[in-house]
Order: sequence, then C-alpha cells, then structure tokens
Amino acid sequence: MMTVTQTSEEVSYLEAISQALDEEMARDERVFVMGEDIGTYGGAFKITEGFLQKYGEWRVLDTPLAESGFVGAAIGAAMMGLRPVVEMQFADFISCAFDQITEVAAKNHYRWGAAVPMVIRAPFGGGVHGGPFHSECPEGWFFHSPGLKLVAPSTPYDAKGLLKAAIRDPNPVIYFEHKFLYRRIKSVLPKEDFVVPLGKADIKRVGNDISVITYGAMVHLALEAAQTLTQEGIDLEVVDLRTLMPLDKETIFASVRKTSKALLLHEDNKTGGIGAEVAALLAEDCFDCLDGPIVRIAPPDTPVPFSTPLEEFFLPKPSDIIAAARKLAAY
Amino acid sequence: MDRAVIAKEIKRDDLLHMYYYLKLTRALEDRITALYRQGRIVGGVYTSHGMEAIAVGYASALERDDIIAPFHRDMGAFLIRGFTTGEILAQYLGKRTGPTKGKDGNVHMGDLKRGVFGFVSHLADNLPVAAGAALAFKMRGESRVAFAGTGDGGASRGDFHEAMNFAAVRKLPVVFFCNNNQYAYSTPLRLQMAIPNVVDRAKAYGMPGEIVDGNDVAAVHLAAKRAIAGARAGEGPTFLEFKTMRMHGHSEHDPAKYVPRELLEEWKKKDPIVKAERLLKELGYGDDASFQQVTERVKSEVEAGVEFAEQSPLPEGPEVLEGVFADKADSY
Repeated sequence: MMTVTQTSEEVSYLEAISQALDEEMARDERVFVMGEDIGTYGGAFKITEGFLQKYGEWRVLDTPLAESGFVGAAIGAAMMGLRPVVEMQFADFISCAFDQITEVAAKNHYRWGAAVPMVIRAPFGGGVHGGPFHSECPEGWFFHSPGLKLVAPSTPYDAKGLLKAAIRDPNPVIYFEHKFLYRRIKSVLPKEDFVVPLGKADIKRVGNDISVITYGAMVHLALEAAQTLTQEGIDLEVVDLRTLMPLDKETIFASVRKTSKALLLHEDNKTGGIGAEVAALLAEDCFDCLDGPIVRIAPPDTPVPFSTPLEEFFLPKPSDIIAAARKLAAY
Repeated sequence: MDRAVIAKEIKRDDLLHMYYYLKLTRALEDRITALYRQGRIVGGVYTSHGMEAIAVGYASALERDDIIAPFHRDMGAFLIRGFTTGEILAQYLGKRTGPTKGKDGNVHMGDLKRGVFGFVSHLADNLPVAAGAALAFKMRGESRVAFAGTGDGGASRGDFHEAMNFAAVRKLPVVFFCNNNQYAYSTPLRLQMAIPNVVDRAKAYGMPGEIVDGNDVAAVHLAAKRAIAGARAGEGPTFLEFKTMRMHGHSEHDPAKYVPRELLEEWKKKDPIVKAERLLKELGYGDDASFQQVTERVKSEVEAGVEFAEQSPLPEGPEVLEGVFADKADSY
C-alpha cells in the first residue's frame, strides 16, 4: 500500500499518537487515559505502553468491558473539569457507546451549556484482516450528529498535532486513527510542542487537473496513484481533509475551483458516507466550475469481509483511482 | 418511621425546610399541569405528584458542592438547588430566560454551577455520567459526592448495570437511587423484572442497598444521609430503592387507565405531604395554621414565577444555531 522507511529519528504514526498522549499528560494533570487493557498491557496496540508506571493507575485507568459505561464516566469527569482520553480498543466497539456519545456528549452543551471536553480514540479501518468487527470505518454515524468533532489523521505529524489539538479542545472529539498506518508510516517530527488546528484540511500534493478529496489511509493511496498518473500527464491534487467535522469547505472549494474536477475517495461504505456530503456541497457551491461528473470511489455497501480476496476486492486500490482519474481527465 | 429517631437525627428547622419544599414542589407542578391543560405549556409534562418526598429528602441531605443527576420526577431537587419558580416556568414555556433558553423543554434542564446535571430522556444515561463525576472527585481528592437516579424502567437498561459495576469496582463516591413507582409508562413491574425488588441487584455489584419508603421524607433524608456519609468516607457506592407510586399518567396527556383505581386509592392515603404534616404535628413542629401559612407562601412564589415566565421573551428563531459547540470548558 505504501513505502516503509526507517531512520532512527523517524517516528511512526503509532509513536506519534503515544507521544501526543504522553506530552499532554505531562503538560496538564487534568489529562488522563481510560479504556480496556490500557494499563499493565499497554493497550491492544501498545499506544499506552509504560504509561501505568509513569502516571499511576488512576490516570491510566483500566475499565471494565463496558463502552457505554466508561464513555459515560468520561463525560462526567470532563464536565467536572478533567480531560479524559478514552481508548476504544477497536473503533467497531464504539457502537456500544453510541447513545452516550450522540445523546449525552454531543447534546449537553447545546441543551444546557455543559461543555464536554473529551477525546475518544477510535482505531479504525481495514487492510489488517480484521473482519467485520475489527475493520470498520464508523465515522459516518457520528458525522450526522451535531455537537461532535471528528478527526482522521494520515501522517505522524498530523496524528500528533491533531491529538494535541483534540485534547485541548473544549468539545467531544472522536479521533479516528488508522490501524493500517500505525507502523507503516514514519516521519521526522519537530522537537518542540505543536498542534494541528481542528477544522483545517491540508493539501498533501499540489496538482492542477483533478482534486482527490480524501482522508485517513486513503491519502497514501491517492499519493501513490498520483505518482503513476503524473507519467501520463494527469496531475492530481490530493486534499487530506484531516478534520471531518467541521469540514474545511474553504479548502475543498478552492481546490475544486482550481481543478474543476473532483474525485472523492474514502474507505467507509459508499452510501451516506462523507463523500456523499462533499459531493452535495460541491454540487451546491461549485456547480458552475465543474468540468466533469463528481466521482466517488468507496467500498461497496457491505460489512468489511475477512478473507484476503474479499477484503482486497472491498477496499479501494490505486488502480481504481487511476482508472477513475483517466476517465475524468478525458472530460 | 420512629418519631424519636427522627427527632434525634433531623433538626426541627431542617424538617420544616423539607416540608416547605414538598409544598412548593406540589404547588409548582399543579400549576404546570393547569397551564398544560390550558394549552399554554406544550410538549410533555412529567410530574413528581405524590412522589415529592424523594427529591426533597435526598437533595436536602447533600452538601452544596455535591452533584445531582436527577430522575425526571425530581422537581424538588431543582428547587433546593436554587432554580427559581420563574426560571422553571420559563423552561416549561420555552422562554429564553429558562435554564436551557428554549433549547429543551420541561424537566430537561440542568446547570453545572448549581451542580445539577441536565436530565436525559434515555433513562439511566446519567448514571455512568454521575459515576464519572465521582471519579473526578476521587482523582482530585475532593470530599464530594454524586447522587444519581433512575426509575424502575431505567433500571432495566445496560447503563444502569455498567454504572453500578464501574462505580463499585473503583469504589467511587456516588449514591445511586431508583424511584420505583411501579410503572414505566404503562409497563408494570411484573413485566419489567423477575425479582421482587430492584435493590436485590446491589448485592451482585458488591455494594450495599436499602429499601426506603419513598413517601416518607424523613426516611428518604436519613437513608440518603447514611449513603452519602459512606461515599464521603471512601466506602464506595450505595444503592437506594425508594418505593412509591406514580399517581398521574406517565405524562399529563396519559390518563393511565392501565393502573388499577384501588391501587391509586391505597397510595393516596400515603401521600407524602399528608405524612409530613402528621409527623410535624406529632413532633410539635407545626399545626394547621402554620401549614396554611406555607400554603400561602408557596402559592405566591408560584404566581410570581408564572408572571416572570409569561413576561419573559421567547427566543428568536436564529438562536437555534447557537451553542452546538463550546468555546471554553470550565472546571466544577
């Protein structure tokens, strides 16, 4: 899917998340982490390895297996002034906490002025042979729920900077971290403290012909496809949304106004996905500048399958982007 | 309850204070019901009629910086926490001066400054949230307690279980209660659970539990005090089951024909205000004349509230867009 580079100074996407948590916990004693198996075990993906020894069992709080209960508890602690960062072991299990997130966390400030400054980390996405219960992209459910902020970084820099910004934000933020990227993507990060502001997309590749609007692991797929297409004279611009809610409409529109063509790419199911909303926004605001149909590339409307050929068929591939871009470029 | 115990455990002024709030709750909710029947209040109206002793009894047992996550029939808790009759009526009338500025209606109000969590219709949702507040108290080494409740219906939900279990595992300073008023909307207890008492579950979570006469304000107050003291002393959570009876429909639109009339007649004799008056007389703390004074006082407070609420402005349509996101988060 993407190139793995290893230098001693480079930090993986997973390490970047771990660093952000560690630095925020050291910086602000109100910040604490809670979830299943995060203490002694260090979390299913070892994000909080060593945290228990450093911060103790109350700031690295192992919870019973009860997502609704511990998300609810995080909401209560947040309203009292703490800054909980909840780990979902897999984003798929967030469905157990759906009610607490959408009815309590999302609505409290709107209804009665109670801010809920908390983060839910949700390891999401496929390509890891996880099957229907360990591969989901559930961001669409929450995208439709006013009061929640949603982020989905694609690089170690964004992973670290967005997590810090999410922890410092006074609202409930769901932080979708892509499991496929954990150990595959590395880069050198600044030594000093930095944040990536919520609500700002990033142009990961400047191009003139087609805007690929995407997020998460799919950013790397788009960049790979762009390399191939450049040899054919098709110049992709890759817009990494980074924050899914609130959407950075300004950057999306500016890019499409420049290229006049939009290719929307995501790993969540096609129907009712974030691409559908971006398509509608473009139709409403950029209709006059479009020089071809708005194209979506996304998995079919099925659960994420387990067996390798099934999952390979399910997930978007660089060849899908290349084929779609060639057609779109011909308009 | 034993009069001697009450006389010893509760100060005269505190009992009179509770009586006043029982009466204020009754007068306010009767007025709200009347406004609903006149079509001046729209939406749902869920009252604590005949169950006023629960909220009044527990809220008066808490310290000011403790947290309450009320059940939807706990008007007395709001009043004791300083929500005025005017603010509350403004809430019911959808006015900008209500605690939610028209964003939500009736009993769905709250205020962190006054330590009351906004009620969530999805019953039992606020039990884990209250456990989380208690977690914050424990982590910060504060001597504060969270007090959170649901009904016999809400006790069937997973969040009830998840909150009780989590709080017990971490020995959190929280008191859970159930307002067991025998009906969850139209569903009677026999279709809600296969055990005789909700409190039977407390043992399974490893926490103490107690059955309390929910119509006896002194009994509720003293049981709440014991549970709160235990939580404050680091002994962890307690579960209290307040037995009572819902005397009206689920909401005021509901004539509750599914409730046997005999059952209502039987419980009418146990009315918490009648009970409280009998107690005050027996202890020599009050008589018909003093009760009448309270009646007049609460009536004028309710009418002042109606006037305030009716004169208050409605929100403007575009205010719907305000407050989806917070720009700051304070500490409580």
